Amino acid sequence: MAQVWRFHGGVHPEQHKTISTREPVANADLPQRLTLPLNQHIGQFAEPVVKPGDRVLKGQMIARATGYVSAPVHAPTSGTIVEVDSKPIPHPSGLSAPSIVVESDGEDRWIERTPVADFTSLDPSALRNIVREAGIVGLGGAGFPTYIKLNPGKQPVRTLVLNGVECEPFITCDDMLMRERADEIVSGMRIVRHALNAGECIIAIEDNKPQAYESMVYATRNEKNVHVRQVPTIYPEGSEKQLVQVLTGKEVPSNGLAIHIGVVCQNVATVAAIHRIIHHGEPLISRLITVTGNGVKQPRNLDVLFGTPMGELIEQCGGDVDMIDRLIMGGPMMGFALHDVRLPVIKTTNCIIAAAREDLPQSRPVMPCIRCGACTDVCPVNLLPQQLYWYAKHKEFDKVQEYNLFDCIECGCCSYVCPSNIPLVQYYRFAKGEIWTTEREKEKADIARQRFEFRNQRLETEKADREARRNKKKAALQNDDPARSDDAAKQEIEAARQRVHSRKNEANTQRDTENTTE
Amino acid sequence: MITAVLALSILGIVFGLLLGFAAIRFKVEGNPLVDQIDSLLPQTQCGQCTYPGCRPYAQAIANGDADINQCPPGGEATIQALADLLDRDPKPLNPENGIIKPKTLAVIDEPTCIGCTLCIQACPVDAILGAAKQMHTVIAEECTGCELCVAPCPVDCIKMVPVEQDLSTWTWPYPVYELTEKPA
Repeated sequence: MAQVWRFHGGVHPEQHKTISTREPVANADLPQRLTLPLNQHIGQFAEPVVKPGDRVLKGQMIARATGYVSAPVHAPTSGTIVEVDSKPIPHPSGLSAPSIVVESDGEDRWIERTPVADFTSLDPSALRNIVREAGIVGLGGAGFPTYIKLNPGKQPVRTLVLNGVECEPFITCDDMLMRERADEIVSGMRIVRHALNAGECIIAIEDNKPQAYESMVYATRNEKNVHVRQVPTIYPEGSEKQLVQVLTGKEVPSNGLAIHIGVVCQNVATVAAIHRIIHHGEPLISRLITVTGNGVKQPRNLDVLFGTPMGELIEQCGGDVDMIDRLIMGGPMMGFALHDVRLPVIKTTNCIIAAAREDLPQSRPVMPCIRCGACTDVCPVNLLPQQLYWYAKHKEFDKVQEYNLFDCIECGCCSYVCPSNIPLVQYYRFAKGEIWTTEREKEKADIARQRFEFRNQRLETEKADREARRNKKKAALQNDDPARSDDAAKQEIEAARQRVHSRKNEANTQRDTENTTE
Repeated sequence: MITAVLALSILGIVFGLLLGFAAIRFKVEGNPLVDQIDSLLPQTQCGQCTYPGCRPYAQAIANGDADINQCPPGGEATIQALADLLDRDPKPLNPENGIIKPKTLAVIDEPTCIGCTLCIQACPVDAILGAAKQMHTVIAEECTGCELCVAPCPVDCIKMVPVEQDLSTWTWPYPVYELTEKPA
């Protein structure tokens, strides 16, 4: 077995994974109404191309990408657009965002699909375009538009890493995908390898998923230069930079990306989505989602159309939406609580935890920091969480940046081990937000300063011009020809009066003709 | 004895000339302190500090004519930053200059606008678009919320509306919890 390295720190939280892998993947029931936020990805909002009343078919684009970092949205089923308006979205802020609401007609009729017959004949840029138009974003959780990651620029790609690590507790959607749809992943991998011209390919799977490992090994038996590698189970191994370190022994530099050391990382579900658009012509309209927690009787993975209300999935898995203590999107380490079961599933929803009281530790009392240093021992990025905490708490934002706050991946290991139960990550998120806000305000202030200075300059030039004109006139008056008689002046005045008169007449006649023509 | 005096005198003259040359060659135009102060001000250009814009206020602070607590839009953060820069003690905002309030944006009620251009002349950052006897409108992106356009409007059609938080400006709040000394 090839060597694997390890990263600093990490934790071993309770897994809770086996409860949702007992049942095979099933299709979720077709919902009546689907709400599709226009920002299911990182980047700019998509722009609607439909209006209420329009009929749409399954897979039809209903909002197009705007700008470079953006992704289009497609209708997950056939039906009618009933609303294009601001709707609550699953987001920690609880705010609303522009969304499109589709009412299903129950027929689930596809738009005409055009698979690519031979992707090897396409050049990488054409492939990227297809991926962009299909609305494919990173399905591991971040939702970064995939086509951008398929464009390494001038950097050569030595290794393509398929991320099947899935290190967060409770989540099993990638596990089930690898067990049941390994062929789709391998097919997608071939496409991505072609697009990136990547030499080697590593499929990384944590050693707590032996079935997924077997399945992937079997599916890749005829592939050349593809290694399925089991990596030791430790959180947060699924984070891109940590995984690259485990597989290559190289650390991604601070402020750098994996591509800077010749590695591109893609989630297994993302490459399966690429397979679906290339070989079946189907854009990204659904994904596997783990519905788990003790709030549901039958935890399992469902193939869910985007826009489906989470409550319907919970009910389909035998849960009672009124009995749920907490609803969490994502895992218990990095996910966030939601306050409404009617919120829709979006592209970045990998897991819904319908938590009963016993599932998650209730918020324990927060006590003062005792400087034990446990957080420093587990930080996978080698930061000093304790120092960051002090500075963030006292809003010393210069200092937190000196301590490399922006390298923090918000994995939550430090909060997890803190014996004083201090919500450390919340402080880091707060500090990051404040720094971004200050930067944004600074930019705005700079623009305002420029405009203010430009305006002052303009006013001054105007004033100077006026002054110059006045002086010129004065000079002209003074230099006036003394020989010029009063008669000449009178004649000039008379001529001016005539001009005004004739212009008035002209205007009158024109108005008359206009009136008559009306 | 003489040699020592001579040597020191020559050294003194040489270094004096060097310094004199450097003072002319590397002369700093303007007062860099004014720029530093100006960069800390919010550039609202509202004039609540009693100076006609942020830069004149920065000038006044640098000259010692104005205090550092006269900028309501900047609030405590600006006072703190100025205090740090000038090595003074921060003090609370002078209530004579106004109160700290949430950021607002000017919005023109377009049907009511008579196109008098008075607000355009009042806007310190040219954020109002329009022409004589044509409807005016505020370029929301450029508006600093200074309120200078509100008073001149003869038909009172300009309202200051609070800037609403949306997803692009939302950030995580400061964690709030009860600190307990002993676990319950």
